[in-house]
Amino acid sequence: MDKAAWQLDARPSGADELTIALGGRWCMAAALPSPDSVAPQLAAGVRRVRFDTTGLSDWDTGLLSFLDSLLKTCTARGIAADTTGLPPGAQRLLTMALTVPEQTVPGRNNGPTGICAQVGTAMIEFVRGMPAMLAFLGEIAQSLGRLMTGRARFRVRDLWLEIEEVGPRALPIVSVISFLVGLILAYLGADQLKLVGAQIFIADLVAIGMVREVGALMTGIIIAGRTGAAFAAQLGTMQVNEEIDAFRTLGIAPVDFLVLPRILALMLMVPLLTLYAGFIGMLAGLVVSVTIFDIGVFEYYTETLRALELKHFLVGLAKGSVYGAMIAFAGCLRGMQCGRSAESVGHAATSAVVTAILLITIAASVMTIVFYQLGI
Amino acid sequence: MNGATHIEVRDLAMGYGDFVVQRGLDFVVNKGDIFVVMGGNGCGKTTLMRALVGLQRPLTGTVLFSGEDFWSAAEEDRDQLKRRMGILFQGGALWSSLTLAENVALPLAEYTALTKAQVDEIVAFKLALVGLAGFEEFYPSELSGGMKKRAGLARAMALDPEILVIDEPSSGLDPLTARHLDELIVELRDSLGTTVVVVTHDLASILAIGDNSIFLDADTHTMIATGHPRDALQHGDPKVRHFLTRGGNVSPHDGDSPPPRGGPAEAA
Repeated sequence: MDKAAWQLDARPSGADELTIALGGRWCMAAALPSPDSVAPQLAAGVRRVRFDTTGLSDWDTGLLSFLDSLLKTCTARGIAADTTGLPPGAQRLLTMALTVPEQTVPGRNNGPTGICAQVGTAMIEFVRGMPAMLAFLGEIAQSLGRLMTGRARFRVRDLWLEIEEVGPRALPIVSVISFLVGLILAYLGADQLKLVGAQIFIADLVAIGMVREVGALMTGIIIAGRTGAAFAAQLGTMQVNEEIDAFRTLGIAPVDFLVLPRILALMLMVPLLTLYAGFIGMLAGLVVSVTIFDIGVFEYYTETLRALELKHFLVGLAKGSVYGAMIAFAGCLRGMQCGRSAESVGHAATSAVVTAILLITIAASVMTIVFYQLGI
Repeated sequence: MNGATHIEVRDLAMGYGDFVVQRGLDFVVNKGDIFVVMGGNGCGKTTLMRALVGLQRPLTGTVLFSGEDFWSAAEEDRDQLKRRMGILFQGGALWSSLTLAENVALPLAEYTALTKAQVDEIVAFKLALVGLAGFEEFYPSELSGGMKKRAGLARAMALDPEILVIDEPSSGLDPLTARHLDELIVELRDSLGTTVVVVTHDLASILAIGDNSIFLDADTHTMIATGHPRDALQHGDPKVRHFLTRGGNVSPHDGDSPPPRGGPAEAA
């Protein structure tokens, strides 16, 4: 676009009158002048403004927004503007835009947005959200109670679908991550154990580390990102489509129908994935030990068997179940709390992952301390 | 149609937190009527619907269904009352993970002692009623907007409800499809005697099917007219006439202008 496509000329046409001549093409695609460019001429004791658009060949919203600002400036300074020189279409559009005055809409939060205010608001919202979290936990507990007594209404087919989605389909990513984490653990151990010449204990470190702690933690975090977010997005979209309301109006608890199968699926599948992650991690430890640190396959195998006890597996499984329940809780909670727009679905998914990872980390710390104190 | 009182609303106020959307709502819906809740955008029509069907507790006031107080009833009793209502949501609100047949079958499976075969028969019949025979195995995402609404209607009618509540039946539909849906609603009312509450701002629909109506005003946050929509158009509050004529030749601030000429009233 030719840069000189537009022309703007403001010159006095009387004692206190200014004529603004607009010419050429005033289109948004070109770099249009700022309305401030005529401010100096307006400031010089002008009482009236006229427009001359005889040289104007083409215009669009670019011209209108320029004129809109200009007319507002004129009104603010008590300058009378005569718009009769403008193209009739532009006059009508400007009249339309200027007839309804700008409104301050009640209910919009226009308050201060400083960092302290934001932190405070976030804190207040967090505390206000606690009862809702507890209420949701209560609903789930009631629903589990109904499940135990065989009165919960959900379809077994839904449970199978969720199990398939949560379990087998997560195997590839769980494999990759746990292999790499096992590899990292082996290297970490090798570096430290080299100092005391006891590199065979890499096997102990990797086995116990993966089975008890890291397998569950990594699986939890992967599933939080993969499935927790999906749960929140699914339930959030159902909220937007009023599907959840449709359950409520029929007197069917949405928690039974939608949340229960998801929680059960995760509580069943995450422990199994945890076990699997443990084995893959140990495999990585074996590969590293044999190829890099010259430990025999059989040696590594025997050492691993010696290190592992049933309790390590039980601890890993327990953690897996707890993490699974927490991911499902966070995902379903955020989904059910979702607002009624596309944006809030996205927010629900993000919030589900953050909540799940937070809950997992807290639970991991608490359980590690408790198990240590109990000597398990 | 026997004209007895079916739904009675007394001094109802609804809102969110300390923001009151509507207050002082007092109206009666007779058995077998098609009752229209009308008003401009954001006046609280949908909020009123949510209060009627048990999705949002009103701030004050009572809702009586055949004399039974809905909101002060115990939760189980309220669930019982809810089952006597069918609701068609704005977008159909079909459960997206279920097929059309499963959508219609779910309420039947939950609340009746019918056998699987009987349920299947009823489902096929209900879907045929709304013109969707043969679509049993389709998922909601495979349907057009109008079909979703009709399927939603089939689900709402699954338990043969005494009251059918419909939120914006014509939103998102072309005028012909909207008219077909209106005709379907009238047909169902005529043949089953169902009381229908329709929340809408579609003028053609209001004048074509409404037996009685209220107009909710967004400025004063209360209702400003009740009665047959055609009476409201001819002799109602100027604001209501302004609305019903699409802001035609009646000014909302003009107290005694004559009824509009050549408007939908005379065409009707």
